[in-house]
Amino acid sequence: MDKSRTEYWRKNISYLAILLAVWFLVSYGFGILFVDSLNAIRLGGFKLGFWFAQQGAIYVFVIIIFVYVRLMNRLDEAFDVHEK
Amino acid sequence: MSVQVWTFIIVGLSFILYIGIAIWTRAVSTKDFYVAGGGVSPVVNGMATAADWMSAASFISMAGLISFAGYDGSVYLMGWTGGYVLLALLLAPYLRKFGKFTVPDFIGERYYSQKARIVAVICALFVSFTYIAGQMRGVGIVFSRFLEVDINVGVIIGMAIVFIYSVLGGMKGITYTQVAQYVVLIFAYMVPAIFISIQMTGNPIPQLGMGGTAADGTWLLDKLDGLNEELGFAAYTDGSKPMIDVFCITAALMAGTAGLPHVIVRFFTVPRVKDARSSAGWALLFIAILYTTAPAVAVFVRTNLIETVSNKPYAEMPAWFHKWETAKLIAFEDKNNDGKIQYLKAADKNELSIDRDIMVLANPEIAGLPAWVVALVAAGGLAAALSTAAGLLLVISSAISHDLLRNAARLDITETGELRAARIAAGLSVILAGLLGIYPPGFVAQVVAFAFGLAAASFFPAIILGIFDKRTNKEGAISGMIAGLVFTTVMIVLMQSDKLLGMKAPVIKSVAGISAEGIGIVGMLLNVAITLIVSRFTPPPPEKIQLMIEDIRIPRGAGDASTR
Repeated sequence: MDKSRTEYWRKNISYLAILLAVWFLVSYGFGILFVDSLNAIRLGGFKLGFWFAQQGAIYVFVIIIFVYVRLMNRLDEAFDVHEK
Repeated sequence: MSVQVWTFIIVGLSFILYIGIAIWTRAVSTKDFYVAGGGVSPVVNGMATAADWMSAASFISMAGLISFAGYDGSVYLMGWTGGYVLLALLLAPYLRKFGKFTVPDFIGERYYSQKARIVAVICALFVSFTYIAGQMRGVGIVFSRFLEVDINVGVIIGMAIVFIYSVLGGMKGITYTQVAQYVVLIFAYMVPAIFISIQMTGNPIPQLGMGGTAADGTWLLDKLDGLNEELGFAAYTDGSKPMIDVFCITAALMAGTAGLPHVIVRFFTVPRVKDARSSAGWALLFIAILYTTAPAVAVFVRTNLIETVSNKPYAEMPAWFHKWETAKLIAFEDKNNDGKIQYLKAADKNELSIDRDIMVLANPEIAGLPAWVVALVAAGGLAAALSTAAGLLLVISSAISHDLLRNAARLDITETGELRAARIAAGLSVILAGLLGIYPPGFVAQVVAFAFGLAAASFFPAIILGIFDKRTNKEGAISGMIAGLVFTTVMIVLMQSDKLLGMKAPVIKSVAGISAEGIGIVGMLLNVAITLIVSRFTPPPPEKIQLMIEDIRIPRGAGDASTR
C-alpha cells in the first residue's frame, strides 16, 4: 500500500514537471526570453514571438490543463486511488 | 430607440435576472453559504470562476491598457491566465481533498497554529478589500457614463444589488448569478469585437483578424507598427519594458492569481477532486475567450483611432469624439493652433490625451454599431464588476464569521448563529466596500499591484510547500510568510512613495530593472528560501499533520469531506 502510494506520488510529480516545463517554455521562453529571435519567423500577419505572448501561450495553457486532467484520471484508476 | 432607453432596458433586465436567481438559490446552511453546498458541476463552477475572476478592469480597461502598451501588455495576458495552470496542477485538487471552507482554514490546520491562521486571515482581508474598492468604483463609472446618473448614485445602486444576492444566497446565490453574469459579459464583449473585426479585416474571428490584412492589403500589425513609429511610439509588437521586468511582472501576476483567496475558494465548491482539476480547465477556457479577444480589440481600436484622429482637423471629428470629450475620456488641446489634432509620443507636441477605458467603452460607437450594442457593453461592464465584487464579499464575510469568530476566537456558536454572523459580515462589508467606492483612496490603481504582489509573496508559497514539502513546519511557514509580506510591502511603498506617501519622487525607482508590479516574485522567492531553511532547523511537523499531507495527496475519500 505505502509503496504504491510513493510510486503514485512520484508519477504525479513527473507529470507535473513535464507539463510545467511546457508551461514555462511557451510563456517565459517563446513569449519573453526568445521573443526577439522568434519574431524573425512569421505566422501570417503575426510575428511568432508576439503571437505566443498574446495568443499562443494562452491556448497552450488551456490544453495543458485538460491533458493533466486526462493523465491524472488514468493514474488515479491505475493506482486504485480514484473516487468512487 | 436611443442608447439611453436601450441601456435602461438591458441593464434592468439583467438585474431582474440576477435577483431572481438569488431568490431561487437561497442558502439555508453554512455549507450552502460558504461553498454552495459543495455540489456544483465542474463546468458551471468553471463559468462562475471565470466571471468571478474577470473584473471591471478585465472588461473595461484591459484592451485599452494593451492598446497603449503593445507587446508590453502581454504581461497581463499571460500573467492572468498562466496562473490557472498553477492552480489546476499545484493547488486546486489538493485543497479540494482537504475539504474545508477557506484558505485560512488550510493554513491554520496544515501549520497547526492559530498565529498562522491569523496571518492568513489578515492577508485575505487586505487583498480582498483592496480589490473590491476598485470593483465598486467600476460599477459607479459604468452607471455614470451610460445612464448619466451621478457616480455615487451608481455605487449605491450597485451596492444594493450585490447586497441582495450575496447576503441572501451566499456562495450558492453567487455561483448561479455568476453563471448568468458570465453569459452577459462574454456576449457583450464578443459582439462588438466580431463586428469591428469584420469591418477592419473581413474576418469574423477577432483572434484571426488580428493577424489578417487591412483594407489596403498590408498586414494589420505591420501597419500599426508603422503608424506607431511615425508618431514616435515604440513599434506595437516590440514594447519598451526591460525583459527582466516583463519576466518578473508576468511571474508575479501568475503566482498572485493562483494565490488569490476568492479564486481558490471556488474550487471548494465542486463535489470531487477530479472535478476540481477539470473545473480549473473550464474556467481558463471561458477566460481565454475574452483574453485572446482583448489583444485583437486593442489592435483594431488603436489602428482605427489613429487613422480617424491623427493630423485630421478638429472640426471634422465624428460625434462620438465630442461625446467622450464631455465625459472627459478624451481631451484635445490645440498647442500649435493649426486646428488639426497631433497625436504624438513627445509630450510637448502631443495635443491629444486619451483615457484607456475608451477603447472598450467607445468601441461600438467608433465602429458605428447600433444602439443596442452600446447598451449591451454597459450591461457587460456591470456584470463583470458585480460578479467579482460578490466573490470578494464572500471571502471577506467568511474570513470574519468562520475564520475569526468561529476558529480563531473559538466562540462556541451554533450553525444558525454562524450563518447569521456570515450574513451580517457580508452586509457590513458591502457597506464598507461601497464607501471605498464613493470615497476612493487616491491610490486604488497602485494598490492592485499590491494585492497580487502580496498574494504571491504570502499565500502561494505557504500553500504549495504545505502540500509538496512534508518537512515544512509552522516555524518555517510563519517566518516565510512574514518575510515575504514585509519585504514586498516595504519595496512597493518605497517604489511608489510618490503616489502612496505624497513624496516628490519614489525613493527607489526599480531594483535591477524590476518594477513595483514585479517585485512580489522576489518576495515569493524570499519566502520560499526562508521557509525551507527555518523548517530544517526546527522540529518537523507532528505525525498527525504528516498523515494529513499523505491523505490530501490522493483523491480517494474526498466525498463529502467538508464538516464544520
